[in-house]
Amino acid sequence: MSEFSLKIDGKDVAASDDMTILEAAQSAGIAIPTVCHHEKLEPFGGCRLCTVEAEAGGRTSLVAACIYPAQKDMAVKTRTPQIDKIRKVLTEQLLAYAPESEVLRGLAREYHADKDRFPKEPSFCILCGLCVRYCAEVKQKSAVGFVERGPNREISFVPEIAAKECWDCKECFPLCPTSALQAAYVLTRSLTSFKSTAQPEAGKQAATNTVPQ
Amino acid sequence: MDSSVIERIIDKHHGEAGSLIQILLDIQNELRWLPGAALEMVAEKLQVPMSRIQHTVTFYKAFSLVPKGRHEINLCMGTACHVRGATRILEMIETVTGLQPGETDADMKFSLDTVNCLGCCAIGPVMEIDEQHLGKLVPDRTAALLKKYD
Ligand code: SF4
Ligand code: FES
Ligand code: FES
Repeated sequence: MSEFSLKIDGKDVAASDDMTILEAAQSAGIAIPTVCHHEKLEPFGGCRLCTVEAEAGGRTSLVAACIYPAQKDMAVKTRTPQIDKIRKVLTEQLLAYAPESEVLRGLAREYHADKDRFPKEPSFCILCGLCVRYCAEVKQKSAVGFVERGPNREISFVPEIAAKECWDCKECFPLCPTSALQAAYVLTRSLTSFKSTAQPEAGKQAATNTVPQ
Repeated sequence: MDSSVIERIIDKHHGEAGSLIQILLDIQNELRWLPGAALEMVAEKLQVPMSRIQHTVTFYKAFSLVPKGRHEINLCMGTACHVRGATRILEMIETVTGLQPGETDADMKFSLDTVNCLGCCAIGPVMEIDEQHLGKLVPDRTAALLKKYD
């Protein structure tokens, strides 16, 4: 692992080659907005809100800071009029799906995004995958996953797993930048006979959970 | 469902999680759909989470979660076929079979689906029935072709 320095917004930042631009920036206290990123999860690169301008070897390109590796002598700009515009439009698009999301409203204020620019299509989920990846990577339960593709893509709980695991966990709820996840879970619960099958399992879970992890 | 079929397919691929898509395709080819029980067996044997299997089977159009008819019609609605009159072919197929795209008839004779470019635009409008390509379609001939299947 080699150590080197790069420039982020004109500041010299020390980094190593296992770091992303985002991690290098964060270590130097430079903020880059993110929506689909979570430090406990593998980089995903789904939302592109973290787009920055990176110059390396004479080439300048727009890259997703959360997945792009930091490089020696790279010069990164985290805010330019072009980047601001990209973030503005992305926020406007996401707001069409999740108009009430606090995370997105915050970004809208920062980047002067018009929350009504695109016609509303409130699916509430912006497919950031935080719930899906958290359940798979951290909890290793995969109770929730993506189904379908393109415009029909959505998240879906696997009822058999959800009935056993979710009631006592729900750790993904606070990760969701919208309120969709909780709604989807409540829906799954109401569609399946959770009560009859879940209760004894829930008891067992509670007992094992008292062991500190 | 005959579970030995599924077992044989899984064994053929050494039960490797990396062969998930190939295994699902083999099951799809053999049974012409993916019954829930088959997916559960695959999940169990390959140790792949059910949510990932659902993600995969709903992502690719090659998979079907409902039984398919004996003859699967895929009508091309791609740009080239569209301008050469695929819409009128579709109307004719709908009239003859009584199906809308995505449907299968009650006696399991035909399933109808539309696709976007089969890759042989030069012979458009094209449909594919049981993996056979039928090109240069006109409505009358399409109706006559469909009558040959039972
Ligand atoms: S439900 Fe929430 S956390 Fe899950 S993918 Fe959708 S927006 Fe992201
Ligand atoms: S935070 Fe980098 S792409 Fe979403
Ligand atoms: S558009 Fe029909 S084969 Fe290409």
